[in-house]
Amino acid sequence: MFIQMVTPLACQHRAAARQITRLAKRLYSSAAEINSFEPVRGMDLGVAHSKLLLRSVASVQASSELQSLGVADGDTKKMNMCQAINDAMRHALSADNTSVVFGEDVAFGGVFRCSVGLADEFGRERIFNTPLTEQGIAGFAIGMAAMGHTAIAEIQFADYIFPAFDQIVNEAAKYRYRSGNQFNVGGLTIRTPCSAVGHGALYHSQSPEAFFAHVPGLKVIMPRSPIQAKGLLLAAIRDPNPTIFFEPKILYRSAVEQVPVDDYMLPLSKAEILKPGKDVTVVGYGSQIYALENAIQMIERDMPGVTCELIDLRTILPYDAETVINSVNKTGRLVVAHEAPRTQGFAAELAAEIQERCFLRLESPVQRVCGLFVPHPLVFERFYMPCAVRTYEAIKNSLSY
Amino acid sequence: MNPSALPRILPGLRGSRALRWTHTRLGQLQRTFDKALPQTHCPLTAAFYTSSYVPRKKVMFPGALDSEYTHELRFASNVESIPTYQVMDTDGKVLDAANDPQVTEEEARKIYKNMHVLNVMDQIMYEAQRQGRISFYMTNFGEEALIGSAAALDPRDQVFGQYREAGVLLQRGFTIQQFMDQCYSNEKDLGKGRQMPIHYGTKELHFQTISSPLATQIPQAAGAAYAMRREGKKLCAMCYFGEGAASEGDFHAGLNMAATIGCPVIFFCRNNGYSISTPSIEQYRGDGIASRGIGYGIDTIRVDGNDIWAIYAATKAARKIAVEQNKPILIEAMTYRISHHSTSDDSSAYRSKKE
Repeated sequence: MFIQMVTPLACQHRAAARQITRLAKRLYSSAAEINSFEPVRGMDLGVAHSKLLLRSVASVQASSELQSLGVADGDTKKMNMCQAINDAMRHALSADNTSVVFGEDVAFGGVFRCSVGLADEFGRERIFNTPLTEQGIAGFAIGMAAMGHTAIAEIQFADYIFPAFDQIVNEAAKYRYRSGNQFNVGGLTIRTPCSAVGHGALYHSQSPEAFFAHVPGLKVIMPRSPIQAKGLLLAAIRDPNPTIFFEPKILYRSAVEQVPVDDYMLPLSKAEILKPGKDVTVVGYGSQIYALENAIQMIERDMPGVTCELIDLRTILPYDAETVINSVNKTGRLVVAHEAPRTQGFAAELAAEIQERCFLRLESPVQRVCGLFVPHPLVFERFYMPCAVRTYEAIKNSLSY
Repeated sequence: MNPSALPRILPGLRGSRALRWTHTRLGQLQRTFDKALPQTHCPLTAAFYTSSYVPRKKVMFPGALDSEYTHELRFASNVESIPTYQVMDTDGKVLDAANDPQVTEEEARKIYKNMHVLNVMDQIMYEAQRQGRISFYMTNFGEEALIGSAAALDPRDQVFGQYREAGVLLQRGFTIQQFMDQCYSNEKDLGKGRQMPIHYGTKELHFQTISSPLATQIPQAAGAAYAMRREGKKLCAMCYFGEGAASEGDFHAGLNMAATIGCPVIFFCRNNGYSISTPSIEQYRGDGIASRGIGYGIDTIRVDGNDIWAIYAATKAARKIAVEQNKPILIEAMTYRISHHSTSDDSSAYRSKKE
């Protein structure tokens, strides 16, 4: 732990770091020849080439989860994640007359265009701007929800959620409990863009889900794709508990799928197995899923016969421990990854829980691939991020323990 | 700004295309401004410097449309304290007949009785805590007149309190037994024994459960008021807090949001001169809390917090404005905290018995 803090660049994955250092020196911040160094060598990386996104109508129809919801065979529309979130809010506003959307700059469409067209359709009494005060936004939302209304509050960046921390932790999370169930703020949903975007630096890149995962009374969700975002957001809005919905902002435009146009809700607290495997369980959420997908592709190319099981947690609190435990009981190895800094990140909770429940089955220590324990830097983001290469190394370590 | 005076951000970016582009654009912008604006102090008024221009008195900035130009360099500061509305003299006689509260004798008796019940209950419960029967208690000595504000409300108006509003609960109809249930955390406690004593809450009487963090109820009251405005039932939210809690960020956030969004909420500040041991001179330097309401664009009144009819009249008038015009009102009730802050406090440590 101390070594991490003192020498952040000489991290435990020295080989990968040295390779990246050499090449990063001649890289510009935009175009990068990332396909040129080992172990990436010629692979197509990232969201744009992900096979996990359901880009075709056929892939939507083949999805068993969407089949069970009855929307797999319905109409779909090509949407990116911010359009899907917009669509979800439109459904929520149409179905529930007490629902309102508010936050900084939401009336004109939002700084990420997630609320475009809502004010024109539902009116400025339901879609309105607030002054620049996150604690006010959270408190106001709690007050509305306490009256039984559905308050969908937006915090412009997850990095700015901390002024609202008191309202969320001390009030929203405890409202029902402390009143003896006389009052509750189940109608409260806080939406906020999170995670790295490439140029966000300290204050436009944070993933603070771990802070909120420590609070009994809250639900914390992070989707990985447009279809997931729409279904999970509608479920979050309608869930009778205060919910925080983290939206990885890098995916707003880069993740595109054929999203069912109907109203549908995906189950909360249910992890999804994206790719079955028998040798190692890899768990992540949000935008990290695509780095994990690439890492698994590299592993399976370099170690023929090895298959990795990829699990998207989707709901971080309360998390679906059973799915992860069943998978670890099958594979015996676990690698958890997230963008948030390593110490006290959510991977620590998952690692502790799994080692307690699957101790004798584990073949190797639980590996955590996380952001370095430093504030999120700008030009050094390449070193900070738990990229596919670092995950590849962690999976390799786990397999060869 | 001279583009070449830009700080070197990082050695690695020197000479990069991005920084070169920025340098060029800044130079272009600088030259454009120089050409378009001969001798003006404000780029916005540049268009007015033509042959037919007549100087305007008011500034045209969207941030302060009513402000007028002045050529006197003077810092504004508070000169006149907001006056305190009073109906009765110290003997209880209504001073101006126009301020007569117009309540029935039955109502007046109910209010008077509740003031006494509150006083006696506080004495008994304080002793009960000292005997070890309950763990904690807060008394309301000196602030019993708050009951007047509860009497002026509609019973369905949602109350968001801080912790010294037991009088409001009494006036609404909370029974002595219910007070005891909560303080003793027995099986009949509506809060199911989860909170410390005096953290009352009752859905039936529209009184939101008290929470210990101060001022958190202020933006919540604004939100609840907005919900009630949307429902169209002509109800309002009533938010109580002390002058110490008014130093919290939530106070600023809540009042600003209520004013900008338009929420029918009455913000009622009990200025009792102390926040535990901190006197008001150490809590704020401005003219009380009332002066802040004006800063947020909120209609404000200061009342004598020991004058029950002043409180009653102010609350009644405030409620009418809030509900009919969908805007917040701030009432600052000046009073004095005779009691200790709570059973955990001995105020002789910071104030003399004489005071």
